[in-house]
Amino acid sequence: MESNPILRIATKIMTPYILLFALYVQFHGDYGPGGGFQAGVIFAAAFVLYALIYGIETARLVLPMGVATLCGALGVLIYAGVGIATMLLGGGFLEYGFLDSHDAEHGQHLGILLVELGVLTTVFGVMVVIFYSFAGRGRVEE
Amino acid sequence: MSALSFLNYWFVIILMMVGFYVLIAQGNLVKKIVGLNIFQTSVFILYISAGKITGGTAPILDAQWSVYSNPLPHVLILTAIVVGVATSALGLSLVVRIKEAYGTIEEDEIARMDESL
Amino acid sequence: MMPHLPVMQVMVPLLAAPLCALVRNGRLAWAIAVASSWGAFWIAWEIFQVVHSIGAISYSLGGWTASEGGIEYRIDALGAFVLMVVTLVGAVVTPYALESVRKEVDKSKQALFYAAFLLCLAGLLGIVVTGDMFNVFVFLEISSLSAYALIGLGKDRRALRASYQYLIMGSVGATFIVIGIGMLYVMTGSLNMANLAILLPELPANRTIPVAFAFLTVGVCLKLALFPLHMWLPNAYTFAPSAVTAFIASTATKVAIYVLLRLFYTVFGADYSFLEMQLGTYLLPLSLIAIFSMSLVAIFQTNVKRMLAYSSLAQIGYIILGISLFSSTGMTASILHLFNHAVIKGCLFMALGCVMYRLNSVELDDMMGLGKKMPLTMGAFLVGGFGLIGVPFTAGFISKWYLIQGALEKGLWPVAVLVLLTSLMAVAYIWKVVETVYFSEDPGSVNSDCSEAPLGLLIPTWTLAILCVYFGIDATLTTFGASSAVASLMGIGS
Repeated sequence: MESNPILRIATKIMTPYILLFALYVQFHGDYGPGGGFQAGVIFAAAFVLYALIYGIETARLVLPMGVATLCGALGVLIYAGVGIATMLLGGGFLEYGFLDSHDAEHGQHLGILLVELGVLTTVFGVMVVIFYSFAGRGRVEE
Repeated sequence: MSALSFLNYWFVIILMMVGFYVLIAQGNLVKKIVGLNIFQTSVFILYISAGKITGGTAPILDAQWSVYSNPLPHVLILTAIVVGVATSALGLSLVVRIKEAYGTIEEDEIARMDESL
Repeated sequence: MMPHLPVMQVMVPLLAAPLCALVRNGRLAWAIAVASSWGAFWIAWEIFQVVHSIGAISYSLGGWTASEGGIEYRIDALGAFVLMVVTLVGAVVTPYALESVRKEVDKSKQALFYAAFLLCLAGLLGIVVTGDMFNVFVFLEISSLSAYALIGLGKDRRALRASYQYLIMGSVGATFIVIGIGMLYVMTGSLNMANLAILLPELPANRTIPVAFAFLTVGVCLKLALFPLHMWLPNAYTFAPSAVTAFIASTATKVAIYVLLRLFYTVFGADYSFLEMQLGTYLLPLSLIAIFSMSLVAIFQTNVKRMLAYSSLAQIGYIILGISLFSSTGMTASILHLFNHAVIKGCLFMALGCVMYRLNSVELDDMMGLGKKMPLTMGAFLVGGFGLIGVPFTAGFISKWYLIQGALEKGLWPVAVLVLLTSLMAVAYIWKVVETVYFSEDPGSVNSDCSEAPLGLLIPTWTLAILCVYFGIDATLTTFGASSAVASLMGIGS
């Protein structure tokens, strides 16, 4: 589809807005529908769109499979790491109040933010890996 | 309480039966996964309908509203949706591998190919 | 560290899994997996000791108590016992997996194999540790999805179809469980198991709770492969990689039985489940059919792995039989057999994995005269086989003894006769293997040049074989664990 100029240019214009919208959904999970999972999927959708228009090989140059797998694993480690951090700071597992020694409510905000960041990273990584795995397979001969 | 006030739950039952039937009766492996998805969707509607409070708004804190719907079912369903997505992804990747190994995704043909082993 | 034990039990494998996914080297991933599973075993041992000195321990996640709508982790004597079973099998199978996986799984996928393995372990441990119904579903799906992926890694292409069938049936079971949980939540407004136990008897008579009970029972029975919902098990066990079969055969169904016990005794209450819903009358015939028919089918199998899979179905029938008797002896028999069967089947499947490593096949015809060439492997198989039959001085004898006692206490002597009869059938199919392996001459075609399995495979296999004999001679630890579990479940003095 690279030869079609309309699709190419539209994709180039749209991609940064899709990524920005994903970040908006991520950070506005407190105030409206949103959160980590939805944001991760939208973020991955931008890369899927790019891969559809420009081809899988080009997309793999932009975002290699290894980086996507790294993102997938890293998110889980961030989430669990927040839990371990709260335990080390004296509270229970995932007891966010302990993240900020002065203001427990601020600690709650910080904890949720970090945890949702972990979810965003994992979901984004996994969605991209799934897409690469499916789309990257050669055509099955009939 | 007329039957119509339970419209949501009627849809739950219809979708559940449709999904379950497709899951069991269809021989095509991809259609089975579609049936599983429909089946799981009906469960989501069951939970969300049960969580709605009459006169309540979406469970997001706002100064002008005082009655909110129960946020817990929403959270549970988010988790269940993710589980459903993961199951579908795994199932479909298995179907792709089966297609590459057997050349077909019809269950009876695969069974025949295995019997003849 | 000590107060955080319940959470660390799940977190240790769960944190190690993405680490395994990040490293590319299969060997390094294996080392991480071994360290993590041994750590989990140590934590389970600590929890076992704490629970038996203090009593049930509870842990609120995130500091939110159950009444505030939080998730509570709660481990009592039964949970501690099942944790020991799962972590013991995990700690023994993970070192075993190095050589076995190197032979049976693609090199590029080995690190991811260990990641999925650790996720499965984390999911199973999470099911046992948690005290919140929906959390049970989440961890159940974590362990099941990793199990589907692990089974699909088998070399034979039929592993893919087996994994797909297991996926469909397992997801239907999980969705039934969610429907049941949803109905319980709608009626009581709580997801915490201890809370539900208090709220459910206070509800006025309605139709929702029996329906929820039915959905939950059917969903869990799909996961533990009780007849007639067992179709996925033989294929899944036969075509999966050997280490995967050894792990899943010993743990996945056992944890599903734990969920069943939690539902019947803790959430719904023994009186409701067995007296009002007459659960015993429904489970008893199903378990009897399972024991008899599955043992019969096992005799006619030529693939030894498939034979052991059908034998597993029969053993699950024994466990459900003990539960359906609704007596403390029957329950002790079931919980004891949970442990003993895990050890026995783990040993048997690992011995078969050694055979697979050398021969690339587990067909009976290919195993002729193997007793001379692989004496240690076949010796472990023999010990496990004796345990399966219930020969005295093996672990299987203890649980069968309790089971027959339980049946006779209830006056059901035909059931006791059936248990003895099916033990004879177990003799038949074990004898088939013994005869081929020890008493027939190899025509010189298949296994002429094979030698004993490597030490890395033999040591874990013989660890479980020795445990099988040890817990047959000195069953004080297992009976102590089982009877305190029964006491905590049924609320009576031990």
